[in-house]
Amino acid sequence: MSPTPTPASVAARPLLDTRYKVETPEGIDLILRPAGVVPRALAFSIDLLIRGALLGALFAVLALLGQFGMGLGTILLFLVTWWYMVLFEVLNQGRSPGKQMMGLRVIHDDGTPIGWTASLTRNLLRFVDILPFGYTLGILSCLNHPAFKRLGDIAAGTLVVYRDNAPAAPELPQAEPIRAPFSMSLSEQRALLSFAERAQSLSSARRQELASILAEPLQVPAELAEQQIHGIARGLLGPT
Amino acid sequence: MKQSLFEHQHQAEWQAFNAQLEAIERGKADSQQCKAFAANYRSLCQHLALAQSRGYSSHLIEQLQLLAMRGHQQFYRHRSPLGAQLLGFILAGFPRLVRAEWRFVVVASLLFFGSLLLMGTLVYHFPDLVYGVMATDQVGEMEKMYDPDARRIGRFSERDSGDDWMMFGYYIMNNIGIAFQTFASGLLFGLGSLFFLLFNGLMIGAVAGHLTQIGYGETFWSFVIGHGSFELTAIALAGAAGLKLGWALLVPGRLPRGEALRIAAGISVRLVGGVIVFLLLAAFIEAYWSSMDLASPAIKYAVGAGLWLLVLAYLLLAGRGAHAPD
Repeated sequence: MSPTPTPASVAARPLLDTRYKVETPEGIDLILRPAGVVPRALAFSIDLLIRGALLGALFAVLALLGQFGMGLGTILLFLVTWWYMVLFEVLNQGRSPGKQMMGLRVIHDDGTPIGWTASLTRNLLRFVDILPFGYTLGILSCLNHPAFKRLGDIAAGTLVVYRDNAPAAPELPQAEPIRAPFSMSLSEQRALLSFAERAQSLSSARRQELASILAEPLQVPAELAEQQIHGIARGLLGPT
Repeated sequence: MKQSLFEHQHQAEWQAFNAQLEAIERGKADSQQCKAFAANYRSLCQHLALAQSRGYSSHLIEQLQLLAMRGHQQFYRHRSPLGAQLLGFILAGFPRLVRAEWRFVVVASLLFFGSLLLMGTLVYHFPDLVYGVMATDQVGEMEKMYDPDARRIGRFSERDSGDDWMMFGYYIMNNIGIAFQTFASGLLFGLGSLFFLLFNGLMIGAVAGHLTQIGYGETFWSFVIGHGSFELTAIALAGAAGLKLGWALLVPGRLPRGEALRIAAGISVRLVGGVIVFLLLAAFIEAYWSSMDLASPAIKYAVGAGLWLLVLAYLLLAGRGAHAPD
């Protein structure tokens, strides 16, 4: 059994996190959230259904046209099999209909929108991901990779990420803004602010429990610590 | 500066940027609207950096990060004239690429054409060998297709000119599918490409040898020589692209394997782009020229030889000049 980690060693190790950071030329970090196997499989199934329905409808119409229709149908089958994903990904901002429904998007590793070369590569190499049956290689690769990439994604240098939606503005609990009785580092400030912002989603017992950790440095009794922290958070945000 | 003041000062800017982004994302922004986009994006990035360095709340930072992310997506959109690029690729880029990757092209061609010729010669001299690689009824079907007494030849012998469309579709689906498989399976350390190159080489060789041996040579060769120039070269090139993928995994050099693979894939997928063009041409020739029975075999041989020379000359000579052709 490994020894219980001391606080120092916990702080030294990076947190377990699937988020993927990309530094841009503007000097900021883009935070991307790669999507795992399940949402991607669902997105693929949706696409598969759509393609099936599309081909079924097309063939029903084209069968009336005889041989010419069959030829056209085969060409369409080819287009839908090999080009459906590529066309949607490149022309619809990295989203095939299935991905759009699941809130996913394909981008390059560096966060830029996907182009023809990368999209063609990742979708042609799908043939290998499918092997030996039912996407076995793709799933194994996906589960093993820190950014959940299948083989096609590794070769093409692409990433399937969640499209983030704008977060709703949190309601900060009412409190009189006060100054903290001690100076705080940036991450400590962020922690206090996050506590206040997340207060709505935590149970009161949990809030009490978390706030009482700070009771001693704040020099207040444990039951008043929560109110005190909300006050400090308000003080950080606005005028004191 | 306190967060509330900061938000108060810049909220209007962020909202305007958001509206601008929405217009661009829907593709409905006019050029006037886009003029200030780069400057707005830059100032938003600055605000985000400020907010982070001042320890503002997660909510504000997330909101700015989302805007920056969306701005980044639009700002770094690669929009290049696709038509001009395609034309440049066909006129010069593709043959240059094939010459630059000549090692893989030579190996793949040797594997494919070598096995084809070897199998063809063997079957020609030892006719029973054909049943070693093909089932008896398959051989029978092949014989029926290229029977000199049949009115029309090709993969489906009983057809009229109205079927050319159907065959065109069939050839596209079938041949490009094979080429894609040959390429993609190269990811399995090159083994898949190796297999498909040899397998197709042996099959085609066996059929050619067998049909020549039983005296159907003229119908067969006059049928395949025209489109074969594009089709067979394309399969070999797809194999070369696949071998390049596998080689990047086997011998990544100084790079990590993933990185080597990514670079190799970027190059080899362009080879596949050229292969697609070749196969479209081949399907067209096969459906409309090879199956035509108006031309005599002599004309077909002449045209076929011309096409082979054309392909070779294109791959060896096109795009050698420093400038784009006028």
